[in-house]
Amino acid sequence: MSQVSQETSPTGTRATQAIGVLALAVMAWVVASGLLLTPQDVVQGESVRIMYVHVPSAWIAYLAFVFTAVASAGWLISKKHSMGFDRFAGASAEVGVMFMAITLITGSLWGRLTWGEFWQWDPRLTTTAFLFVTYIGYLAVRRLEGSVEQRARRSAVVALLAVLEIPLVHFSVVLWRSLHQGATVLNPNGDVKMDDLMLFTLFSGVVGFTLVFIWLVLHRQRTMLLVDVADNQGLDLAIVARRAEGPAN
Amino acid sequence: MKNSLDTGVTKGKVVTAVLSKDLKIEMRSRVVTNQVLPFAGLVMVMFAFALDNDDVLQRVAGGLVWLATLFSLFIIVQRSFAIDTQDGALDSLRVAGIDLSAVFFGKAIALALKLIALEIVLICGAVLLYRVDLTASGLVLLVTCVLCATSGLAFVGILYGGLTAGAKGRETLLPLLLLPVVAPVLIAATRATEAAFGSGGAQTSEGWAWIGLLTVFTAVFGVSGSLAFGSLIDE
Amino acid sequence: MKDAGFIFGSYIVTLGAILMFAVSTLRRAKKSAQSVTDKDKTWL
Repeated sequence: MSQVSQETSPTGTRATQAIGVLALAVMAWVVASGLLLTPQDVVQGESVRIMYVHVPSAWIAYLAFVFTAVASAGWLISKKHSMGFDRFAGASAEVGVMFMAITLITGSLWGRLTWGEFWQWDPRLTTTAFLFVTYIGYLAVRRLEGSVEQRARRSAVVALLAVLEIPLVHFSVVLWRSLHQGATVLNPNGDVKMDDLMLFTLFSGVVGFTLVFIWLVLHRQRTMLLVDVADNQGLDLAIVARRAEGPAN
Repeated sequence: MKNSLDTGVTKGKVVTAVLSKDLKIEMRSRVVTNQVLPFAGLVMVMFAFALDNDDVLQRVAGGLVWLATLFSLFIIVQRSFAIDTQDGALDSLRVAGIDLSAVFFGKAIALALKLIALEIVLICGAVLLYRVDLTASGLVLLVTCVLCATSGLAFVGILYGGLTAGAKGRETLLPLLLLPVVAPVLIAATRATEAAFGSGGAQTSEGWAWIGLLTVFTAVFGVSGSLAFGSLIDE
Repeated sequence: MKDAGFIFGSYIVTLGAILMFAVSTLRRAKKSAQSVTDKDKTWL
């Protein structure tokens, strides 16, 4: 139906093409506006420009992990244990880990300019770093050997355990910091006076990154299906070839 | 996971059977006493070399005790499941059709007992090596902290140990999965221990808030572990 | 622009990472798709 030329991209359809073009256009606008058109901030100066990629990345990263958790729960609850849930969870986590890395890097660059330090032991930052490491572990669990079923079950449980773990980490860091230091890190959002163009650029950043996220996840989960099928076929072919050799002694 | 046949074996019996099996293995092999304990002791001495300052050591003694415990936790969990997956011992348990959450609790209690033995030695080591003072009220806080933190560590240790049991490359995967999860335990147990030790002028009463956090952690992973453990090893 | 290195750096890291992820995904898809029939491609 909506087949795009299969030679260029086996995982593409008309829909993903449209999303891709739209994403490119919005991203181009965000880069142009964020770097050139928007004014500098009264307090933050030029460093506010990093926010136009940092905030949307963080938003997407957290969204991706919510999707992973929901899809994992879906896999465990659904009677048929549909592998679609599992592939979506995996694809979403992979994209989420990438955006989390972007968030941490751009955030520390911004912090260096604004606070004069790359890192602060602020609960939000610390929780984000732990989320990052936790999902790297999740992806490692997905790569463990075993059947597709095993992969789905193991990783779904790990994803749901992460949902329990992250609030505990956040709460313990909040408690830890509140006892240790009186003054907290300045609130990064509180002292930004945004004009209309700045707000619009930030908003289009969120839209553009969301489109990119959708495009990446669609392609990634389809790729996962292709890899699974191809691996399966490899095994089947090997069995057929072995049988053709005649009975074992 | 509710596929346990009616074997006529109560849950309590399974828990004690698995517990005594794990402890018997330890009594015969002496891995914790002969290998993990010396390792943890060495770590404590190494910390002293690295930090090289009596005041600093006294100040951070609580954290060092718990870090050494965490490192030992990885080794003990690894060892516990290496034996279980050898010769399909874990498979036999599954075939027996018993309640796997009982296996979870049995193994967790065994692990907790080993860890407590280890922590007692480590805390004594801190008192001797790092010159920590311990008051009576501090001791009460410390004992409570050890009990709460250790049961939490034992639950997550067995849960993630079961997850990686039998998988290739589990030696490296287990610390990666476990460290972020046990971070709240490290923070809370260290602060409570520091309060008990009076490090940096901390008051004993400051430590009790952290015991609450440890209790929540233990409850969360005790419940989720008993629910999830069966499905993780049941494949 | 003041601190241009930090600001351009963060844009390059962001866009570069996205691009690399997209390219590697498409590559892997192409490699695996050779032996897969259209029947298995549920999205077509």
